[in-house]
Amino acid sequence: MHAQSTTFNRPGTTDMNNISNTDTQPSGNTRAHSIGTDIFSDSVTRDRKLADETITLKVENLNLYYGNEPALKNVSLDLPKHCVTAFIGPSGCGKSTLLRCFNRMNDLIDSCRIEGSITLDGMDIYDKLTDVAELRRRVGMVFQKPNPFPKSIYENIAYGLRLQGVKNKRLLDEVVERSLKSAALWDEVKDRMDQNAFGLSGGQQQRLVIARAIAIEPDVILLDEPASALDPIATLKIEELIHELKDRYTILIVTHNMQQAARVSDYTAFMYMGDMVEFADTNTLFTNPGKKQTEDYITGRYG
Amino acid sequence: MRNWFKTDAPWLWMNAGALSLSIIMVVGLLGLIAVRGFAHFWPAEIVTTTWTSPSGDRQAVLGEVTDKEVLTAAAAREAGITVAEGERFVSRYLFKQGNRDFGRDFTWYLESQLDSEWEKPREAIMLERREWGNFYGFALEIKEDGETVASGEQVWPELLSRLSAQYTPLEEAYDIQRQRLDDLRKEMDRHVLVASLADGRQVQLPLSMIVRATRPNAMSLAEKASYYTTRIIEFVTDYPREANTEGGIFPAIFGTVTMVLLMTVFVTPFGVLAALYLREYAKQGPILKIIRISVYNLAGVPSIVFGVFGVGFFVYFLGGNIDQIFFPEALPAPTFGTPALLWVSLTLALLTLPVVIVATEEGLARIPRSLREGSYALGATKAETLWKVVVPLATPAMMTGMILAVARAAGEVAPLMLVGVVKLAPSLPIDGYAPFVHLERKIMHLGFHIYDVGFQSPNVEAARPLVYATALMLVILILVLNLSAIAIRNHLREKYKSEAD
Repeated sequence: MHAQSTTFNRPGTTDMNNISNTDTQPSGNTRAHSIGTDIFSDSVTRDRKLADETITLKVENLNLYYGNEPALKNVSLDLPKHCVTAFIGPSGCGKSTLLRCFNRMNDLIDSCRIEGSITLDGMDIYDKLTDVAELRRRVGMVFQKPNPFPKSIYENIAYGLRLQGVKNKRLLDEVVERSLKSAALWDEVKDRMDQNAFGLSGGQQQRLVIARAIAIEPDVILLDEPASALDPIATLKIEELIHELKDRYTILIVTHNMQQAARVSDYTAFMYMGDMVEFADTNTLFTNPGKKQTEDYITGRYG
Repeated sequence: MRNWFKTDAPWLWMNAGALSLSIIMVVGLLGLIAVRGFAHFWPAEIVTTTWTSPSGDRQAVLGEVTDKEVLTAAAAREAGITVAEGERFVSRYLFKQGNRDFGRDFTWYLESQLDSEWEKPREAIMLERREWGNFYGFALEIKEDGETVASGEQVWPELLSRLSAQYTPLEEAYDIQRQRLDDLRKEMDRHVLVASLADGRQVQLPLSMIVRATRPNAMSLAEKASYYTTRIIEFVTDYPREANTEGGIFPAIFGTVTMVLLMTVFVTPFGVLAALYLREYAKQGPILKIIRISVYNLAGVPSIVFGVFGVGFFVYFLGGNIDQIFFPEALPAPTFGTPALLWVSLTLALLTLPVVIVATEEGLARIPRSLREGSYALGATKAETLWKVVVPLATPAMMTGMILAVARAAGEVAPLMLVGVVKLAPSLPIDGYAPFVHLERKIMHLGFHIYDVGFQSPNVEAARPLVYATALMLVILILVLNLSAIAIRNHLREKYKSEAD
């Protein structure tokens, strides 16, 4: 372990702007540390600095209300490119809501109101002139429950491309094969591309949905608890997949499973009651959390 | 006892009882229609006996016994029948004697006035004729150009061979050229059957007037069965004769099917689009609630009201204007400004619209949100999501709506009488002449046919079995239409099955 210092973008919390390194932990943090080392026993290079990363998504003073109920309170966040960022926190803390802000999925909810801004590579995604369909092509999403379309496996993958007007059969075949290979599903389904996607198992369906999302070459992939409905083996496959995909895509993942967050992510954000409590590289957050709330949560004392 | 009421048992019995009662009633209804309907085609035996009139005249009676009635003496006296003192009941028979051109067809005879000996002569013949209904009597001889060519024992085989030899090519020629038919008819008129009535009178019947000759009493069971099948097939495929009391009901079947299919073509797109708008696009609020309630209530409006609307709006307003604009040369004779197939289908489409809307809306509401979100997340617009994901998944529900609509439409009669269904349509709405589908033609309809034959016929007794037979056909037709729609729906369900189902 070496010393590191990370800058935060959480306004109004000056005490959080610097996180001390692991050598100077606050007392009472030993348990987190021990869990942390346990989790990271198989990790590769985890030590990263946010300051060194290219920022792709920038959230500034984001407030979101369902009717009059605030769901996100003044969230500010810089998300690095080609990294996996995990969002953790107890149920109802707003992490899924935040995730759905990145591709404007919340537009579908009538009572939802948003203040503040999110920029994707400098483009304000809540600008009136933004083409929502185009934005969603750049920011793909995978949901908690696998939701393949009631079509063949092939047509599920080709759906996004067909929407863009691609009719060239060769190109479609190529993209379908490449996407399924990227999603580590090709070998299992290559002989039954014409069958209904509902015939696949839950884990296969979820990988199919991921393949469907990467078929249109998005910049960012949002994963909303992608493994929560899957068994451990399928979960493992999804996690391996996330690991492979992060070289090419910026991945944001919401998860309830802290081990999973620790295993797959480079950065982790802890949210509580609509507040962004702490955001740091995963190593730091799990081994040396800067806030008592974070520490309590990751050590299982509440939430 | 009180404890028993507290258990589930009474409810169980009540529910089971209600269900059994419903099933018994359905089975009873279908059974009655089926027995009466199918019985119509079975060859009845011809009986002959002698009737003594009150004044002492004796008269031979020949025909089928179609009904037997037991009257109380008082009721009989009221009906003008003299009944001996002390008799409490009188029974009477209804004889179908045919021969409308020579005497009375259906006649009641008191049992007491009939000889007790009834015979079933093997030689008795029953002729189905183009006009005047059936003929009952005995074959005597066959004449060709006035010359007797067969008599006695040879008459029957000769009659059959001549009928089949000359009638079959005639039937084929009918479709090709009418002229040749007329020639053949003239040719046929040369052949005459001389037959005697029960009272010994001799009459001459041209062979061309005879559709079929049978000797029911001489038939074996197998012959009767084959005769039975032929008659059923004829009933389904033939045109009606004699003010709908004889012959088949093919135009009515054809008209009903055409009308229902055309109605489906009209109602499905409208209903589906309306439901899509109500469920997917319209802003949910009090106004939408009122619209929805109105649509649902439309389903409860009595159908005759739709008929009145159809006449006022479709026939007179729409049809009248179409005539003014497109067919002014035909005026004052209306082209579309008169009851017609098009208006029948449109009226029915309006009648069944709420059913389709409600069913489709239910189907749309059942599509899981996750599927829509999955589509949106891939950059699909609302319209793309609707047409590529939501609507295909909702097709089974739309089919359900269509099935309900078809069931309702095929059984509807009252509004149709106002907008284009007639007792006898001269030609089918679809034929081989351009433009092939003639929307401006009037059609025949099974439901109306039942009403017409049963209650508007000049010869009620002759028509009664036809009522059951036609009702049977209507039930079977609706069953077939529904079963095919259900088959399509199940196929679609299989294709679009999702975890939501």
